[in-house]
Amino acid sequence: MSFRDNPFGEVRLPLLLGAAAAAVVALLVAFALLMADRRQTYQAGASSALRRASDQVVAPVTGALAAPVRWMGGVGQGITGYFFAVSENRRLKTELAVARTWREKAGTLEDENARYRALLGLSLDPPAPMVTARAVSESRGPYANTRLINAGSERGVKVGHPVLTENGLAGRVIGVTPRVSRMLMLTDAASRTPVMIQRTRARAILTGDGGWAPELAFLRGRDAAKEGDLVLTSGDGGVLPRGLAVGRVVRGADGGWRVRLATDAAPIDYVRIVMFEDFVKLEDLRALSRPSPPPPPTPVSALPVPKPKPKATQAKPVQAIPTRAIPTRAIPAQAKPPPPPAAQPAPAREPAA
Amino acid sequence: MTAVARPLRFSRWIGAPLMACLALSLVLATPIHVLGLPLPEPVTLMVPAFAWGVIRPALAPAFALLLGGLALDVLWGAPSGLWAISLLAGYLPGLAIRNVLAGQSNLVLGVWYAVSCLVAQGVGWLISAAVTGSPPALAATGLQWLSTVLLFPFTVWLIAYFRDADVRFR
Repeated sequence: MSFRDNPFGEVRLPLLLGAAAAAVVALLVAFALLMADRRQTYQAGASSALRRASDQVVAPVTGALAAPVRWMGGVGQGITGYFFAVSENRRLKTELAVARTWREKAGTLEDENARYRALLGLSLDPPAPMVTARAVSESRGPYANTRLINAGSERGVKVGHPVLTENGLAGRVIGVTPRVSRMLMLTDAASRTPVMIQRTRARAILTGDGGWAPELAFLRGRDAAKEGDLVLTSGDGGVLPRGLAVGRVVRGADGGWRVRLATDAAPIDYVRIVMFEDFVKLEDLRALSRPSPPPPPTPVSALPVPKPKPKATQAKPVQAIPTRAIPTRAIPAQAKPPPPPAAQPAPAREPAA
Repeated sequence: MTAVARPLRFSRWIGAPLMACLALSLVLATPIHVLGLPLPEPVTLMVPAFAWGVIRPALAPAFALLLGGLALDVLWGAPSGLWAISLLAGYLPGLAIRNVLAGQSNLVLGVWYAVSCLVAQGVGWLISAAVTGSPPALAATGLQWLSTVLLFPFTVWLIAYFRDADVRFR
């Protein structure tokens, strides 16, 4: 008699039913956990203790796993650098020459901007301190795009802080432990970021979908965007500072506008966490209405050369420049007058257009 | 050779594959690039999820998948329960047609494995769309499905290793 004919055949059906019943029970438990999950709120404390504990365990493990690969990569880069040093040197010299020109222009523009801001009475964000950290773990799937970074509350990181790479905005912090934080990438299906097109100042919501290029949702206006336009954070809502580089507009396969993220230019390794505090969260809101400091003195070299005639056009002190002359000379044509600072924070870092 | 009706140890056919798949997921979560490309992110737990259903019906696999799915949620930062539900959805087809799959070729097994992975990804896609309010990109979903299907040789090996381990379930 084979085993197929033995009485064990009778227990197959109950076993199958038992397995199915166990699966149903497990499904119900999982569904209950899904309903109870508060990941989407992104508030401080929304991440569970289990999630925080696991982040603390996973971060050093993946960091250690990545170490040999990083080391090998460093060796490879060293060898490449040795063999291509001459061409690299030539290229860097060219870049340096261009950068020197830009530095001079930037210095002039910075001084000009500072004076105009002072004249317009704009209250700027206080300089935001930054923390540098390294990405130690990542998830790249369609349903979750997050990374663990090795800096946490011990270094002042809080939920909501924006995370940058050397190329632009990468995401924001959604979970914090003493030494490790979890950041939500802009590509995550749950990510929503208020942005604007630099050329037209048109506002949109950058909506992640797990793909390589997030969608520009709720983009209003005729010809609001075109291929290649620079996309910056708008600062609307006060979640993120205004003016952080996000990426360039591209046309998606579905015909909609999408954004090729600036952070795609290089692998995300080291990141900077900006300790940005929203204005509405300030303890002393009266600080916003305090008068701004007087404009900085104009350097002698920056003053226009005085002409002998007529006398009325001779160089005057900065305070004497009529306000009505400012918009035509200083503010670009597409720039609108900024709203009051309490409603819209001024840029913490405005990249050069 | 005599067939001995010895029961399978839980740690061998449930515990070891579960831990191996989680360890592999942990390794693949390392933020490194090879030849300029990031590492793939397959749903490694689909390998035992399909194999457990085919090997034998039991109570433990469902709860092992629940735990494994929750571990993936924590590791990847997904909403709690998303991967547990998806894996269980991928486990049920294998369990339902295990009698049909008995004695079939690897090609047939592979097709059903791909279908089970598709069911799991589809359920995950629906949950993610419902939770976040925007449907995940189909290209990214398809890429993860493909990388998961490519793990099929490990599924075949797991099934072949344990299918005859308990002669009562031949």
